Amino acid sequence: MKQSEFLNTVMPFKDKLFRLAKRLLVSKEEAEDATQEILLKLWSKNSKMEEYKNVEAFAMTMTKNFCLDRLKSKQAGNLKLVHSNYTDENVSLQNAVETNDSLDWVQKIMEELPEQQKLVLQLRDVEAYEFEEICALLDMKPTAVRVALSRARKTVRERLIEKHRYGIG
Amino acid sequence: MELDRIEQLLEKYFEATTTVAEEAELRAYFEQADVAPHLQVHAPLFQYFSQAKEEQFTKQVPLKPRKSYYRWISVAASVILFFGIYFGNSSYQDYLETEKQNQEQAQFAYDETKKALNLLAANFGKGTEKVAYLKEFDKTTQKIYKNNN
Repeated sequence: MKQSEFLNTVMPFKDKLFRLAKRLLVSKEEAEDATQEILLKLWSKNSKMEEYKNVEAFAMTMTKNFCLDRLKSKQAGNLKLVHSNYTDENVSLQNAVETNDSLDWVQKIMEELPEQQKLVLQLRDVEAYEFEEICALLDMKPTAVRVALSRARKTVRERLIEKHRYGIG
Repeated sequence: MELDRIEQLLEKYFEATTTVAEEAELRAYFEQADVAPHLQVHAPLFQYFSQAKEEQFTKQVPLKPRKSYYRWISVAASVILFFGIYFGNSSYQDYLETEKQNQEQAQFAYDETKKALNLLAANFGKGTEKVAYLKEFDKTTQKIYKNNN
């Protein structure tokens, strides 16, 4: 596979990989590094790539696994700390814009969700994947996906209502 | 009418039984300006999802075509080898030439030295011949001494 062909295959979903990585790793820089790593890995395997039925699903699974490994490693722990400082600043800067602020709250709430719920919510509500695709990607049963999704959505709603009521943000 | 449907969809949404199309409908509803006041709470959620989907990966990925890299290395190596043989051969000829000259010079020097040494040896030979006369003279003087005594 030539470089241009490879780019044509990868281009349509590289943003999805990045958003998934960012959802899990939180920090933008970390997510960029992870996405780059995944794309380079794909490129090094490009001779085998025609064999994969669905390159996008394969890449998404790779990204998920890579990011979860990253989170487990010590290094990621440090970066997480750096990042939380960074967002705090960002939020206070944007305090003036109310709508932006409530969107930030959604992001913060999503950060607090368990990883599996984060993944399901990201894949379904942001990327609009079908249930079967999510099942395949996360290696979960359809009912488990539905339960996780419902739980994640309800949690986000409850927290959002709480924030709203207290008038924070 | 529409509001009823949205409320129904919302209920289904939180039970995770909506389809992708229905969720798109919900997002579209919350994108617009006039959201019913009691549903306002949900607006940030759907707006956030729409916004999150806009985020893009902008970093450039350096993809290097590895195969041609190796090919160029082999080309470079063969070029170097070729030049090596070409120039190496001519300089080797030069080397042989100078070596030959050196050897000739050494031979010449050796011959000259040999000649000089032979000359020296011949002269020494003459020297010893003359010393033989001296010996004869010594003998006769001894005889004379003896006779006198």
